[in-house]
Amino acid sequence: MTHVYWMEAKCEFLKLLRMRVYSLSTVLFPLMFYCFFGLAMGRSPQPGAVMPMARYLLATYGAFAVVGASLYAFGVGVAVERGLGWLQVKRASPMPRAAYVVAKGAVSLTFGAIVVTMLFTLGAAFGGVRMPLEQWLALGGTLVAGAVPFCALGLAIGNFAGPNSAPATVNMIYMPMAFCAGLWIPLQFLPGALQQAAPFLPTYHFAQLALGVLHAPVQGTIMGHVGALAAFTMIFAGIAWIGDSREQEKAYG
Amino acid sequence: MPVAELRRVSKRYGAIEALRGIDLRIDRGELVALLGPNGAGKTTAVRILLGLATADSGTATVFGRPPASQEAKLRRGALLQVAKVPETLRVREHIELFSSYYPKPLALSETIAAAGLGGVENRLFGDLSGGQKQRVLFALAICGNPDLLFLDEPTVGLDVQARRALWGHIRAFVARGASVLLTTHHLEEADALANRVAVINHGRIVAEGTPADLKLRTAQTGLEDAFLELVKEDAMEEVA
Repeated sequence: MTHVYWMEAKCEFLKLLRMRVYSLSTVLFPLMFYCFFGLAMGRSPQPGAVMPMARYLLATYGAFAVVGASLYAFGVGVAVERGLGWLQVKRASPMPRAAYVVAKGAVSLTFGAIVVTMLFTLGAAFGGVRMPLEQWLALGGTLVAGAVPFCALGLAIGNFAGPNSAPATVNMIYMPMAFCAGLWIPLQFLPGALQQAAPFLPTYHFAQLALGVLHAPVQGTIMGHVGALAAFTMIFAGIAWIGDSREQEKAYG
Repeated sequence: MPVAELRRVSKRYGAIEALRGIDLRIDRGELVALLGPNGAGKTTAVRILLGLATADSGTATVFGRPPASQEAKLRRGALLQVAKVPETLRVREHIELFSSYYPKPLALSETIAAAGLGGVENRLFGDLSGGQKQRVLFALAICGNPDLLFLDEPTVGLDVQARRALWGHIRAFVARGASVLLTTHHLEEADALANRVAVINHGRIVAEGTPADLKLRTAQTGLEDAFLELVKEDAMEEVA
């Protein structure tokens, strides 16, 4: 039985790895942005900043990378496979129902871990970021685990979006949600209205948790952010479930 | 006990009555062709037998079980119409994955041989020809060594050569003792493969019998004429 899950995850991983659109957009965007904002501009502390940008942005671009890996794998992957008939073939087969989602989740976390490792390497090699090993591990673990609510969000998108519009839909949710939660540039540099609205975004709570590991001053409590992310996960999973039930009885000739 | 059965099954999609109380039975070792024009209800009948859709009324069973049950799934395979199969997996990987869903699958080499995929097993799906792609879907349907095979328009879009090649593989698989439900709008295909043909039109079975029976009943020479005749009769009844 576990063999099925392993095979499903292995195939999902190979499939996405060989899909250039996926591997490039999930790996290249975060690394490139981190090079621009974290490395090129951020070696020395900015006025008013509490730590070098290279270090601070490691947490936020790590979050950005993990969110992207999950949203593309689920949002685009599910929309395409559902919309173009592949999911039907799988559902007609004896594949355990959960294997499809579990494999996509495991692979999203794996890609998240790969990109986070690359970011850490860049930060350590070119950004002069130095931390105790436990802190590196804690940050990495927090970032990878933070993929969960975004897998649920991706599944919700995938269950509603059409196969052709899914990539655009994902980007329209992903990019603003990242920017407005301070994943690109720190929240305190954003306009006040955006700062006020940020707590309504799951990305905000994710970034606050990751920054907390770095001992950056954060708003709210750890439990508060974990609770908020759990609530977002439930909401997204609920929406995904509604989309899935709706799909079951869709017209066919 | 029939291998698969639909009893007085009706299915409505909004204003469209896809199936209007059809009875269909597939017995052991039989290759039944469900023949009808596009939109006649063929795919709906298959979807109900695969547990992908539920009947509004009537009953559907596969090996005496509900079509969506795991027991039913483990003993059947399906080749469905699919617009896009993941293209960045190799043929071998696709087959290995589907084989892992079954407790006693065919050996990989056996599936590859039975579907005529020798020599292309390491190619990416996206790099295959249309005929090869369809044979991969056939391989995924048979890799679990099922007792019942559903083939929904298996040769649609294939050229004559690729179609004949797939027919050869289907025949060879039936010879092992499996039962098959084939849907098609190719009369030649039903004639070439089926023991029994059920003609479906507007969600109802309008005629049933061996290809020879049907030809005889309408006193025409080819199944194609017989088919047109049957569909015409049905349309006239509807007007009356």
